[in-house]
Amino acid sequence: MNGPLASATRIALVGGLYSNYLALAAALSDIRRRGVDAIYCLGDLGAFGPHPDRVFPLLHESRVQCLRGNYDDSIGRELADCQCGYTDPRDNHFAQLSYEYTLAGTAAENRAWLRTLPGVIRLELGSRRVLLCHGSPRRTNEFLWESTTSTHFLEHLLHEHEADVVCGTHSGIKWRRELSQGRLFVNVGVLGRPENDGRTCVWYAILSAGDGQQPTVEFVPVEYDHRRLAAEMQAERLPDEFAETILTGWWTTCLEVLPAKERRRGRL
Amino acid sequence: MMHAQEPRPWIDIPHLDQLWFQVAGTRCNLTCCHCFISCSPHNRAFGFLTLAEVQRRLEESVALGVREYYFTGGEPFLNPQMTEILKLALNYGPATVLTNATVLKDEWLDALAQVERKSLYSLEFRVSIDGFSPETNDPIRGVGTFARAMAGVKKLVEHGFLPIVTAARTWPLDQDREVIDAFLQTLQAAGCTRPRLKILPTLQLGAETERTGGYRPGERVTAEMLEGFDRSQLVCSQSRIVTDRGVHVCPILIEAADSLLGQSLAESLQPYPISHGACTTCYQYGAICTNASSRPLRPEALG
Repeated sequence: MNGPLASATRIALVGGLYSNYLALAAALSDIRRRGVDAIYCLGDLGAFGPHPDRVFPLLHESRVQCLRGNYDDSIGRELADCQCGYTDPRDNHFAQLSYEYTLAGTAAENRAWLRTLPGVIRLELGSRRVLLCHGSPRRTNEFLWESTTSTHFLEHLLHEHEADVVCGTHSGIKWRRELSQGRLFVNVGVLGRPENDGRTCVWYAILSAGDGQQPTVEFVPVEYDHRRLAAEMQAERLPDEFAETILTGWWTTCLEVLPAKERRRGRL
Repeated sequence: MMHAQEPRPWIDIPHLDQLWFQVAGTRCNLTCCHCFISCSPHNRAFGFLTLAEVQRRLEESVALGVREYYFTGGEPFLNPQMTEILKLALNYGPATVLTNATVLKDEWLDALAQVERKSLYSLEFRVSIDGFSPETNDPIRGVGTFARAMAGVKKLVEHGFLPIVTAARTWPLDQDREVIDAFLQTLQAAGCTRPRLKILPTLQLGAETERTGGYRPGERVTAEMLEGFDRSQLVCSQSRIVTDRGVHVCPILIEAADSLLGQSLAESLQPYPISHGACTTCYQYGAICTNASSRPLRPEALG
């Protein structure tokens, strides 16, 4: 499905909000200060964090154009689980706690709005065709990790989907790969939780491409009141393991899906 | 269930995501009683692949946009060129090797760790251990194999790898939690501080046929069973395997006469009519060959 077509040269890309409204507010403020033509959110508005309804007004106020992640699809349609596809029982246990909390805390009007979101958004940036998706252009919940995605697979994906730049977020750790003819794949990172490197900041990306220029991406760290977020998570009786990740920058759950290189960078 | 005259459902392969290599043929230093292709020290039905042959296939895979590479046997490290093969593969994409970890040498692991550090891509070791103790593992894999495999796991961890221990589910499904917990404790006690575990269903083929009696004649996937089913869960919808005979449909069925689909990768990317008992295991569990663990997709279909 195609989203709105915009004409721009510099856009901000946020993803994986996971209900972290404090990081979203900090990122939007930073984006306004830097100045961009448009802001896009690559999906997974809920999960993990507290008070799922709080991200929605922030997105609407800043006119962020959103696409539908697997979590949004599940919450919107009130499915039984988040469709992350974990098979490890421990990962599934935590994923299900998080999912049931988020589903219960998302208002009907917000669930209805999630159902209206497109699966992908296409736009032109300078003269480049950009495709925004959640996991991959072919599957919403596909994990594309830096260390398990061959360059020729990405070349194929961009060719098949007629794009010069593809951006996703699903796997939760930012990375980029420069491809032939100035083409580019980007995982924009997530605002919802730190990326398993012992730092508490979260990340978004700014993508630029003037007419006739090669596209470039800048990853931007976002510092926010992570202690307040962790305290709110604990007050909401979300698992201590989740708050620990926010406070330490190390992942404590959803580890099964990490490939060897990404897993080795973490502590657990 | 399917009757003989019913047409077999055809499975398309929209894209070749995983390319497998039967790199050690059917040669293995062990003779496990559940091996679905009856590998052993004496089984020469399939031969080793050479470094040159693997390189030719890797080159062929680039144009097809293959995402990742898997190496299996038999025991891959019986192939004298195995280290060189993995080093080469890491220039092309992520690589996973399925080993019993009983023959690993420090010098090989040193070399592979160095190459992986410089590569963009992960090198994954999947280590087959079928029980969390000698009492549960050795009756399946052979006397002394638990201790030898655990020594291999330790060696991998010492070289900085994070092996994925793979166990075939030879216990009842409802005992999963207890068995997995016991496995994780055993691995942690052995110094594997970040244990990774993949549970596989058993395949009632090869040596395992003697233990379980094999698939019943009526156990087949029908077109009706595929209605509303996510076909991307089937290995043949995204994988092919290279042996010394050519390119086959999937790593499980290499001994089946209809599994050989051609001599080139491009030629092998044709729809495949699924007609084997093992296809029902793939249907029931999904993801049985890739690195993610597998779980029943349709528990109600298991009866």
